[in-house]
Amino acid sequence: MSAGTYTPRPGAAPLPRMIAAQTALETRMLLRNGEQLLLTVVIPTLLLVLFSSVDIVDTGAGEPVDFLTPGVLALAVMSTAFTGQAIATGFERRYGVLKRLGASPLPRWALMTAKTLSVLVTEVLQVLLLTVIAFALGWSPHGNPLAVLLLLVLGTAAFSGLGLLMAGTLKAEATLAAANLVFLLLLVGGGVIVPLEKFPDAVQSVLGLLPIAALSDGLRDVLQHGAGMPWGDLGILAVWTVLGLGAAARFFRWE
Amino acid sequence: MNSEPRPAVRISGLVKRYGDKTAVDGLDLEIPAGAVTAVLGPNGAGKTTTIETCEGYRRPDGGTVRVLGLDPVADAARLRPRIGVMLQSGGIYSGARADEMLRHMAKLHAHPLDVDALTERLGLGSCGRTAYRRLSGGQQQRLALAMAVVGRPELVFLDEPTAGLDPQARRSTWDLVRELRADGVSVVLTTHFMDEAEELADEVAVIDAGRIVAHGSPEALCRGGAENTLRFTGRPGLDLGSLLKALPDGTEAAELSTGAYRITGAIDPQLLATVTSWCAQHGVMPSGISVERHTLEDVFLELTGKELRA
Repeated sequence: MSAGTYTPRPGAAPLPRMIAAQTALETRMLLRNGEQLLLTVVIPTLLLVLFSSVDIVDTGAGEPVDFLTPGVLALAVMSTAFTGQAIATGFERRYGVLKRLGASPLPRWALMTAKTLSVLVTEVLQVLLLTVIAFALGWSPHGNPLAVLLLLVLGTAAFSGLGLLMAGTLKAEATLAAANLVFLLLLVGGGVIVPLEKFPDAVQSVLGLLPIAALSDGLRDVLQHGAGMPWGDLGILAVWTVLGLGAAARFFRWE
Repeated sequence: MNSEPRPAVRISGLVKRYGDKTAVDGLDLEIPAGAVTAVLGPNGAGKTTTIETCEGYRRPDGGTVRVLGLDPVADAARLRPRIGVMLQSGGIYSGARADEMLRHMAKLHAHPLDVDALTERLGLGSCGRTAYRRLSGGQQQRLALAMAVVGRPELVFLDEPTAGLDPQARRSTWDLVRELRADGVSVVLTTHFMDEAEELADEVAVIDAGRIVAHGSPEALCRGGAENTLRFTGRPGLDLGSLLKALPDGTEAAELSTGAYRITGAIDPQLLATVTSWCAQHGVMPSGISVERHTLEDVFLELTGKELRA
């Protein structure tokens, strides 16, 4: 490199270009990570295929796939927005990635925007994949697509807030363990593959307040039963969103 | 144009505490623009805290910090595009590839360097497809360095840029730092290597216990305070009293053994010339003339003590 190569010519790239680049990078990191793919792609797909074709869990009246698909879509949202995002962000914090980016021209809010966009891109890919598989298994969805979209977006916001809260306050290893544990517990107790009606009444009413239960219940009301706007479930997700994002904004530590 | 250019960094009375531990304790430092400044100090002296305050990571508990005339916290959005930062470690996605990360950093800037040329320059060409976590320590260091300069900053902060590098990679990093300076970039680096500071730095600032204990060019620091030694051999029994009269006050001379002389004091070219011309006047042929200069390491240990720090 010749003289004058390093002559200062500083400047930030335009914001949309920075956000696009950051979103692309975050998405590539996520899709390249084997453990993440296990959570976001392999587990939801396996659950959908396995429980639709083998009659292990009593899913109530109707085709198992019509019960399972909304639950698995809710699980997909949780796996990406909560578990995956918490673990990835926790390790980015631990390895100083968040700190280093904090000294780059990319503003922090733009970094968080890019993370959200990357979660949404991943979710679109998940929903496409799971929908294709569900149709192949004989899924017949009902209801208003707008209500489904609203549920997915609000669910993403609620899980993102909780995931970032965990990533920004706990040690990376603790986040890894806790996020996986929560994933497993909510998979079982959140109405994803096991109907909430299987639990005792008292437990049911508590479990019903969980974001995963609200999301899978709302999606099931619309997609399986053709209900209108599931306001109750949307309300629960909205409360979690406010609590989660609010606490994350308040307590998140960048390094 | 001002004859005195604005300093790259101006720190006055900086105080930074972590709990009840005071990391930086009223530190004053002015770092010139367009030069290489090395910040030295024992572990825990406050080097990294000081640098990270300049980078906007830490909010001062007291005093003021101005970097390129800006407040690193309040004016962060304006300052960040103008500085390059190399952290002591990490800062890179463990799954990212070297060229991918560098290209990404380039995309965050308006007029970045040519990524391929920079990759080649730092010998990172061979690890383009390798994930960061699988790179060697030296490659990780060089990638972090490349990320600090790719945005064509006015000022770069390098926190121990050659820690863990082999001698070839160290020299290649030194060359890059010299090229940066030649092109008008201000460089602030911390290091534990005294030879690195002597080799590279126009100015050296020594920090101990959260304060600046010495600041100046490496030559001035080695000269100042510390005594240097001039040795020569000649005819036995020279009249050292007469020699001392020709030398500055505070200089000492002794005949250690028959014909072996030692002069201690501020040994500079002028003093050497005076000694040799005194010898000429007295018909003495001095041989084995040697000047033992104090190294920066001597000065550093003198300033900060020899005991180990936590």
